[in-house]
Amino acid sequence: MRGDQINLQNIVARSATTEPSPHVREGGVEKVAKLIDVSRCIGCKACQVACSEWNDLRDEIGHCDGSYNNPADLSPETFQLMRFNEYVNEDGNLEWLIRKDNCMHCAEPGCLKACPAPGAIVQYANGIVDFNSEHCIGCGYCVSGCPFNIPRISKKDQKAYKCTLCSDRVYHGLEPACAKSCPTGAIMFGTKEDMTEHALMRVGQLNDRGYANAGLYDPPGVGGTHVMYVLQHADKPEIYSNLPRDPQISPLVDLWKGITKPIMSAMIGLTALAGFAHYVMKGPKEEPEETPDEDIRREARKEDRL
Amino acid sequence: MTPSSTEKGILRYSTFSRLNHWVIAITFVCLVLSGLAFFHPFFFDLTALFGGPTMTRILHPFIGVVMAVCFLVMAIRFFKVNLFKRHDIEWMKHIGDVLSNRDELAPPIGINNPGQKLVYWLMVMSVPLLLITGIVIWRPYFADNFPREWLRVSSLVHAYIAFVAIVTLIIHVYSAIWVKGSFRAMTQGRVSRAWAKHHHRLWYDEIVEQERQEKAGNGSRTGAVNEHHMPTKGTS
Repeated sequence: MRGDQINLQNIVARSATTEPSPHVREGGVEKVAKLIDVSRCIGCKACQVACSEWNDLRDEIGHCDGSYNNPADLSPETFQLMRFNEYVNEDGNLEWLIRKDNCMHCAEPGCLKACPAPGAIVQYANGIVDFNSEHCIGCGYCVSGCPFNIPRISKKDQKAYKCTLCSDRVYHGLEPACAKSCPTGAIMFGTKEDMTEHALMRVGQLNDRGYANAGLYDPPGVGGTHVMYVLQHADKPEIYSNLPRDPQISPLVDLWKGITKPIMSAMIGLTALAGFAHYVMKGPKEEPEETPDEDIRREARKEDRL
Repeated sequence: MTPSSTEKGILRYSTFSRLNHWVIAITFVCLVLSGLAFFHPFFFDLTALFGGPTMTRILHPFIGVVMAVCFLVMAIRFFKVNLFKRHDIEWMKHIGDVLSNRDELAPPIGINNPGQKLVYWLMVMSVPLLLITGIVIWRPYFADNFPREWLRVSSLVHAYIAFVAIVTLIIHVYSAIWVKGSFRAMTQGRVSRAWAKHHHRLWYDEIVEQERQEKAGNGSRTGAVNEHHMPTKGTS
């Protein structure tokens, strides 16, 4: 796969940066994608272990929350986890829906949009969205920006963490650790084009097996994602442990981080300039001449004599 | 009282009011500079004034709490003198004359003009909102306890209200530059009698009336008249 070399020109989007990022080389790097075929997942958690192993993460031992979820939630030391849902379908049969939850690597990342620190969140030409901890200031705005509730702020260093899609491995032509570890081939990695093609083939197979609503989850609301799911019930993504039906960057984040900020910034500058212009045009209100009341003067003189 | 101290002017802001005001002023400017750094990337390099980006993130909320506490004290003490009066409406109709320095056409007003009162009320609305929303998004102490939707709303409100407060601040500062003789009130506390008579005629009349009554009394003085010790006619 091309585009696997470390090259700063491959950073095509950068947080808190209004000027364009390098785009001259765009087209030379193929978009990548991780495809998670939920219908093939057996919930063995090999991917979780591989993720901890490769990224050198050791989360604290938590508590059982009554499900197979372990740990119970994502954390700064848990970039991904299997979310188990026992779903009773229309026929009254139990379906064990296991979704590997991690950063979706949105084509239009909400985290990157919300981040106020230049370069703390970057997007590579191959589509991976990465946190550059060097520039992270720990404000947590990425948490607000994300439509998937992925980033977590560490209590140890106040920096944001999430799945990197093993950007370091991908740079060197390797697949992400989770994909490498998967014993059933439920996690695959390749170009987005190939993965989409493969997913649609799988969807066809599932349709043939009676899953009429099987489909590919590549939500257009965030410009598509570089982590995609094959779902048996693509018409009901919520049953996969609350996978959002139509994820989008919250309109609140757009209002907060959109066009209003440059406008407000300009208005602040204009207000100061307007004051200056007023001073030049109308001039100051000069201090009035001191003409104290005559009776006060007289009183004061009288007092001085005492 | 000597002629010199008579002519030194009228005490407008007590020592405490002045000190409190300047703590608010300094912290407010620090908040504007550090907050703008995260408001838009254009201002990000302002973080250099506060020891770097992460240090700016750490300091901003603490400065904010200091400002909010001092502001609360000021807001309570200045509450009464900032209530809008009937004559304020008349004055507002002459805002064009005031802006064009044709003050003689504007009706007389009390200790604060409606513009000053508007600044007061804008800040009284802004500061609590900034404090509350700021606490919601304050990391690492509070933000984790709130749903993400709250964080989004708070970030949004914080940014928008900060904009309102910054514009208000600019107008407030400019007014002090524009109206000569008023800056002294906040540094040394006193304004000249002529200044008081010219800009705040009703307040000046009350001061004169009070001074007259004090003289007329048994000579015991109640001390200086300041902004939160409004003289009331008929009492002494």
